[in-house]
Amino acid sequence: MIYLDNAATSFPKPSFVKQAVIDAMDNIGSDGRGAHEMTLRASRIVYSTRQNIAKLFNADAMRVCFTLNATMALNTAILGLISKNDHVITSVQEHNSVLRPLYKTGADLTFLPIDEKGNVKIDMLKDSIKTNTKAVILSHVSNVTGNVIDIKYVGQFCKQHNLYFIVDAAQSAGVFDIDMKEMNISVLCFTGHKGLLGVQGTGGLCVAENIEINPLVVGGSGVHSFSEAHPKEYPTRLEAGTLNAHSLAGLNASVQWLNENGLANLREKETNLARLFYNELCKIPQIKVYGDLLAKNHGAIVSINIEDEDAGMISDALYEDFGICTRAGAHCAPLIHKAFRTEKQGMVRFSFSHQNTEDEVIKTIEAIKQLVI
Amino acid sequence: MIKRNKKEWLIVTFHTTAAAFQMESTAKNIGLKGRLIPVPREISAGCGLAWRDEKDKQDEIKKCLENIEYEKLVLLTL
Repeated sequence: MIYLDNAATSFPKPSFVKQAVIDAMDNIGSDGRGAHEMTLRASRIVYSTRQNIAKLFNADAMRVCFTLNATMALNTAILGLISKNDHVITSVQEHNSVLRPLYKTGADLTFLPIDEKGNVKIDMLKDSIKTNTKAVILSHVSNVTGNVIDIKYVGQFCKQHNLYFIVDAAQSAGVFDIDMKEMNISVLCFTGHKGLLGVQGTGGLCVAENIEINPLVVGGSGVHSFSEAHPKEYPTRLEAGTLNAHSLAGLNASVQWLNENGLANLREKETNLARLFYNELCKIPQIKVYGDLLAKNHGAIVSINIEDEDAGMISDALYEDFGICTRAGAHCAPLIHKAFRTEKQGMVRFSFSHQNTEDEVIKTIEAIKQLVI
Repeated sequence: MIKRNKKEWLIVTFHTTAAAFQMESTAKNIGLKGRLIPVPREISAGCGLAWRDEKDKQDEIKKCLENIEYEKLVLLTL
């Protein structure tokens, strides 16, 4: 089996992540509920995870709030900051985890278009501003094309125009360097199980100073039990109910490992694999590749089609005949498919990690050559 | 076009992923040999997975679907 679906979830999980989850199940109670040693151990792990996440993103550990995934983080940020009288600038490359909460707010939306290589036209930001513009919401790396947005540039723009900047880092966290303060990010939404190499069911949002998000979920917090209102203080403000401390122990181990080892070498390895794949694909005339693969910064994602063949059928043939795991279809990003006119055909997405090898890339190219008539 | 032997299949689509796995579980329990595949583009469906099975298994499939909320049951050459 060749696993090329790392944009869906990274695989395999590192042994130290698995061990950390097992150790937690053997040793901890519930975070923040009581003062016996078992709960204290859980709380220490959760706090350590906040610290490691804060270090990775240059965020404030006390404003790192955990959720189930990036979708819940984005829902929390969008529904907690945007109302129907606001105007929001976003783009056609966004995932439904951004689009659907935005539609739900009823806010006025402007979608930045993409060019022929799939790059979001961030030079149109200025002309998109209205008197009631409240936020810019963009994914750092497209889950379809792998294209990277210059979020430092966008952050500066947002600072100049006093706008919230919400970043969907689902595909970039743990791969590209993110500095919340330098990039002027108001809310950074991440998932734990992709580039951060952790377990599914972990994710969160890092909230900048002075950003007050109205919580999506309220309830048990372990503190102020007699108050009718959920605590206003971060991170508890956005965390109701028992946290997934067992899985956070895994995330703690993986983020600590990333902090110690740095992202550059891992990124270079997976980018080189994606470039090798792309260069070999370019030699097959029937293949169409979407995205700006030769850009200086590019995620290790390569989405393709073979002439007008159904992407689902190609993905199925790659798995059934060659044991190669890819994802086909619309990838929950409807507007970018409209822009590329691939609503019906979909795309086959190959997403690499530093754990893949050149040999796997070559075998995949050979499989595609065998499929193509 | 890609190289693949095509034939006519029975295809079932669903509104949700949960229903697709309800189908897989039910079908396996009665010994059906079909499998879940990406939804062919000829059919628009809520869930991205479809059940693909031999076309002579229509009766067994229909029996499975008695208690499953599915979207469509069609014959398709893939």
